[in-house]
Amino acid sequence: MKSKKNILYSQKVAPYVFVIPFILSFVFFWIYPLVSAVSMSFFDIGAISKEFVGLANYTKLLKDRVFLIAIKNSATYMLGTLILLIPFPMIFAVLLDSNLVKAKGVWKAILYMPALTSVVISGTLFRLMFTEYPTGQMNQLTQMLGLGTFKWLKMGWSGMAALLIVACWRWMGVNMLYFLSGLKSIDTSLYEAADIDGATSIQKFRYVTLPLLKPTTIYVLTISIYAGLSMFLESYMLWAGNNSPNNIGLTIVGYLYKRGIEKNDMGYACAVGVVLLVIALIINIAQLIMNGTFKDGED
Amino acid sequence: MADKNKVRSINDKPMHKIGVVLGTGFFVLLCAIIIFPVFAGLLASFRPGTELIRRGLAINLDLSTMSLSNYTYLFSGNADSQKYFMWYKNSLIITIVSVVLTLVICYFVAYGLTMYNFRLKNILFFLVIATMMVPFEILMLPLYKEIIALGLIDSYTGVIITGICNASTIFFFRQYLGGLPKDLLDAGRIDGATEYGIAVKIILLLTKPAFASMGILSAMGTWNAILWPLLVLKGAEKFTLPIGLNTLLTPYGNNYDVLIAGSMFGILPIFVIFLIFQKYIIDGMTAGAVKG
Repeated sequence: MKSKKNILYSQKVAPYVFVIPFILSFVFFWIYPLVSAVSMSFFDIGAISKEFVGLANYTKLLKDRVFLIAIKNSATYMLGTLILLIPFPMIFAVLLDSNLVKAKGVWKAILYMPALTSVVISGTLFRLMFTEYPTGQMNQLTQMLGLGTFKWLKMGWSGMAALLIVACWRWMGVNMLYFLSGLKSIDTSLYEAADIDGATSIQKFRYVTLPLLKPTTIYVLTISIYAGLSMFLESYMLWAGNNSPNNIGLTIVGYLYKRGIEKNDMGYACAVGVVLLVIALIINIAQLIMNGTFKDGED
Repeated sequence: MADKNKVRSINDKPMHKIGVVLGTGFFVLLCAIIIFPVFAGLLASFRPGTELIRRGLAINLDLSTMSLSNYTYLFSGNADSQKYFMWYKNSLIITIVSVVLTLVICYFVAYGLTMYNFRLKNILFFLVIATMMVPFEILMLPLYKEIIALGLIDSYTGVIITGICNASTIFFFRQYLGGLPKDLLDAGRIDGATEYGIAVKIILLLTKPAFASMGILSAMGTWNAILWPLLVLKGAEKFTLPIGLNTLLTPYGNNYDVLIAGSMFGILPIFVIFLIFQKYIIDGMTAGAVKG
């Protein structure tokens, strides 16, 4: 009894005891589902039947027009969030960090607020704002600008615009906080040195701030790519369910959900998932190579 | 312009003042836009649901249509009210249990990965990072089948268990623990503490801020989680608040009274926590973004 206890309490064994939960969770809730997702994608899975079909799910996917719409929508959405949710939050953070803004804490707290609200609630609020009736906020705004009213959630471009507006509303403040914390980590003496050299504000931004914000930018870029590609709930809530007219709001994960859960076609849905996985990994590796992560070696 | 003669230093004071007005004004405007949907929702929650359907969120300060009736209905104790507070309670239970387990487990895993040198250390840490690289949505369907096979479907355990060993929480704890001096372990050993005793009685006390940051972030994530609970929970009596509110979104809109008031009341706990623990939230959230 005593020796058993001693072994368990030794410095050699203790670390393994500490990491056991991770190993279990990794095996059961990560590697097993990941391997199953890949293997299920080679089967035609019905309620009770399971038949090996090789690459049939993938060849079917290539010809699936709806899937191509989903990929196009997810890619458009992702690019849109990269264009809107990286430069603007960065500039806002620089402005908020400057001595030109008073009561900084208040603005930080308010801008973070949307991230606290559930997508169910924010989706409902925005659906009401994007209503096609002239009383909706967006239509009031466009009427004020003399553009008339739009059926926001029934057309491709305006549906995407609605999704991007929701994304900006939810993540602008969060990304700004990321950049703000990046700015805080920059040594102020660098700016003083730049002042002595007579640098203008724009030069300071270009040659000091921007390069030193690179780790933060890469981080925000990475999470934005992932979140953009796997977006689903925003669309699900904006259209009150997984059905948008002509699939204008259908995303890759939306299609995976539709096939796997709503139509119970798990094999085909898993093939959709594997395609998403491959896209995500390619982008991730490409980005790591471009940023020279592999060259730098150990940090 | 007349002031120009009075300015002595290069640092142009009136220019700076104009800059402050413009800079601060910009954030006032931005915040007004950001607050708007929630503000409009809050106003709408004091109106009958039929108004909401007819007019959307139109801001209209017509006091005659405003009343507390949605809220008195929500708290009236009738069938709808009971259902709502059942969801509220379910969300609270799931959030509390899940946060406690997540913190305890992730702390110990991070502790093992930081404080010791052992053969699998680097491989395991690589695997922690690897799990962050795959979007959850890809694992969702096989995981769903697995939960059915384990008999955990429609149970809180099924909702909670898959997420308690969270890679980003481990990552954060590891960063925090990495900053503590390792001598503390030896000091503890000399004092006769066991390996686990050191982790629980000495190091844990020094890790409190990390617990606060991760606890709040994890609570917010669990309170608002939708996708996974939507798959696992089948019976209305097990629903969490977001899932329950989602079921009120019928095309007939006959539940909008409860929906809008319930949504606003559902944001409340998270807002209160946020206002109290703001500093910890920002620390925890941005930890990965600075050093990368």
